[in-house]
Amino acid sequence: MATMTYLQAISDGLRTEMRADERVFVMGEDIGVFGGAFKVTDGFIAEFGPKRVMDTPLAESGIVGTAVGAAVVGMRPVCEMQFADFVSCGFDQLVNVAGKMYYRQGLPVNITVRLPSGGGFSGGPFHSQNPEAWFMHAPGLKVVAPSTAEDAKGLLIAGIRDRNPVVYMEHKHLYRRVKGEVPDGAYETPLTARVAQEGTDLSIFAYGAMVHTALEAVSELDGASVEVIDLRVLKPLDEEAILASVRKTSKALVIDEANQTCAAGAEVAALIAEKAFEDLDGPVTRIATPDCPIPFSPPLEQAVLPSVERVKEAARELLEY
Amino acid sequence: MATKTSAAPATASEFLTTEDRIALLRYMLLMRGIEERAMNLYRQGKVPGSFYDGFGQEAVSVGAAFAAGPADRLCVLHRDLGAHIVRGVTPARIFSQYMGREAGVTGGRDGNVHFGDFRVGCVGMVSMLPDMMLVATGMAMAFKLREEQRVAITWFGDGSTSRGDFHEAMNWAGVQQLPVIFVLENNQYAYSTPSALQFAGDLHERATAYGFEGIEVDGNDAEAMFEATRAARERALAGGGPTLIEAVTMRMHGHAAHDDMKYVPKEQVEEWRKKDPIDRQVARVAELGTDVHALRAEVQELIDAATEEALAGPMPDPATATDRVYYEAGEDLLLGDGDAPWSGFAGGGA
Repeated sequence: MATMTYLQAISDGLRTEMRADERVFVMGEDIGVFGGAFKVTDGFIAEFGPKRVMDTPLAESGIVGTAVGAAVVGMRPVCEMQFADFVSCGFDQLVNVAGKMYYRQGLPVNITVRLPSGGGFSGGPFHSQNPEAWFMHAPGLKVVAPSTAEDAKGLLIAGIRDRNPVVYMEHKHLYRRVKGEVPDGAYETPLTARVAQEGTDLSIFAYGAMVHTALEAVSELDGASVEVIDLRVLKPLDEEAILASVRKTSKALVIDEANQTCAAGAEVAALIAEKAFEDLDGPVTRIATPDCPIPFSPPLEQAVLPSVERVKEAARELLEY
Repeated sequence: MATKTSAAPATASEFLTTEDRIALLRYMLLMRGIEERAMNLYRQGKVPGSFYDGFGQEAVSVGAAFAAGPADRLCVLHRDLGAHIVRGVTPARIFSQYMGREAGVTGGRDGNVHFGDFRVGCVGMVSMLPDMMLVATGMAMAFKLREEQRVAITWFGDGSTSRGDFHEAMNWAGVQQLPVIFVLENNQYAYSTPSALQFAGDLHERATAYGFEGIEVDGNDAEAMFEATRAARERALAGGGPTLIEAVTMRMHGHAAHDDMKYVPKEQVEEWRKKDPIDRQVARVAELGTDVHALRAEVQELIDAATEEALAGPMPDPATATDRVYYEAGEDLLLGDGDAPWSGFAGGGA
C-alpha cells in the first residue's frame, strides 16, 4: 500500500499493465516527451520507449480509429484524449466502429479511451465537459468513472483487461485533490457500484467528483443517516446495488455534474421509478448542471455546477418529506 | 529490340502465371455472377433493405486482393466483393449474408456487403466512409510495432476523399511510414455527386503532400491492379511506407438497387462499357488457350448451388437479437496472428 493522488494512481495502473503485458501501449497527443497535458504518462517514454508511448498527430478520430485497428490484430491500446471534450472528434470511430464491431463481426475491440473530464477550474466550454452519457447511449461500449485513487487504478486495469471498448472517465478536478491508499501491484476493481458511506434514511447516487461533493454535504447534515452510492460504472449500471439502497432508505437523490437532460442520473432515476416505485417514500430528486455550456468565469461556472450547498438543501428537503 | 512477336497477350505483371491470370478472371466472374444473382433475389423480395454492387469494378478488388499475402489484413468496401471471394468466403455464405440469414457472415446482424470474416483476415466496413482507412492504418501500426512482415490494405471511394478521416489516415500513415496500401476506387460518382463537385485536382497526387507515393492505375484492368498492389506491398514490406493507388473506374450501376442513376450521361456509361474488366481478361486468357466457356459454366454451377444452399438456410432466431453486444468470455477470437486463405499467386511469400 502507498498513499497516492488520483492522478498518480492512474499512472500507476497504466504502468503496472504496461510492465505486465507487451500488448498494452499508450497513444495520444503530447503524452510522450511532454508526459501528457496532465502528466499522467510523465516518465513513461524513458521506461517504455517511443513505440509504446506514442505521440500522435492532433487527430482524435485517428487516435481512436487506429487504436481499433491495432486492437483487432491483438494489441491493447490505451488512448488518451487530451480533454474529454475532444472525444467529440473521435465520436464516430468510438460509437460506430469500436462499439458495434463485436456485435456485427464477432471481433472484440480491446481498447481503453481515457477521458479527462469535468469542470471547476475555469476550463470554459471546451475543457470542462462530462460527455459520459453520449457513450452510455451507444451499444457495445462500457463506461467507468472512478472517484477514489484506489478505484482509479483498479478500474483502469479492469478496463485495459476488458475485451470490450471501455470509456474511462477521469475527473480532472480529482487529479491532485483526492488522495488515498492504493494497493501495490495489479488488481481489478469490479465493475459494480460501491457504498461510499452507509446510511438508512436517504440514498445519494453520484459518480466521479460528485461523490466527494455528496460526502461533504452529508458530513454537514447533522445526525442524518445518509447512504452515498458511488456508481463507479455507468454502463452497464449496477442495477442491483441501486435498487438495494433505495429499498433500504426509500428516498433517492441523484447527482450529475453533466448537463441534466439524458444524463447518467436520468437513467438511475428512471430505473428507480420503474423498479422501486413501491419502495419510495418521496420523489426521486435530481441535481445536475443545467442544460447550458460550462461558462468560463468563476462566478458563472459556480452558478451551474452542482454545489455542496445545493446537495445539502435537496437532501434536507427529501429527509423531511 | 523492344518489339516482341510473341503470341502471348500482354500482361501488366511479370509475376502472374497463366493459372493466376485465369484465377483473376474466375474471381471476377464469381463476383459478377453472385451480384447479378443477388440482384434477382432482391427483386424477388428475398434480400431485405437495399442492394449495392460493384458491377464494372470487379478488377479493383480482385486484382488488389490477389496481391495480398496470407498474413495481410484487409478492410473491404461495399463495391469490393471480389476481395472477400479471393480470401475464401464462399458464395453460399455471401448469399446468406445478403438475405439476412443465420449462415451469413454476420448472421443477419448487418446487411449487404457490410461484412468481413476475420477468420480470413478481413474486417467489415461501416457506412461512415472512410472510417476503415484509420482501422487499416492502425493494423499497419501494430504490424510495425511488432516488427512483422505484413501489410494492411483498405479500399475507399472518391467520395471518401472529402472527409476528415481520409486526411487523418493519410497523414498518420505518412508520418509513421506504415505498411498500409490505400486503394482509392475512383468510380466518378459519390452517390449522385460527380467528381467535379467533390474535388479539384488529381486525387493520387494528394499522396505527395503526405510524403509518400501515389499512383494512378487503370481500375478496369485486373492485372494492372494486381501489379500496382504487389509493388506497393513489396515497398511496404521493405520499410518504404504507404502507397496510394488511385484505381480509375466507373460505377456502372446506381448507388444501390433503388437508384436509376438518371443523373449519369448515357454516353459516359457506354464509353465505360467498352472497357469492361471482365471482357478484357476474357480476351487475355482466351488467347492463352483457356476454355472460357467452360470456366463460365463452372462458375454458374457454383452460384446455382450456393443460391439453393443459402435459400434452404434458416433466418436467425429473434431471441438472439440482443445477444453478444458485449464480449464476455470463452472463445478468444482474434484477427491477429494467423495466416488466412489467400490467392496463392506466384512469388507472394508470407
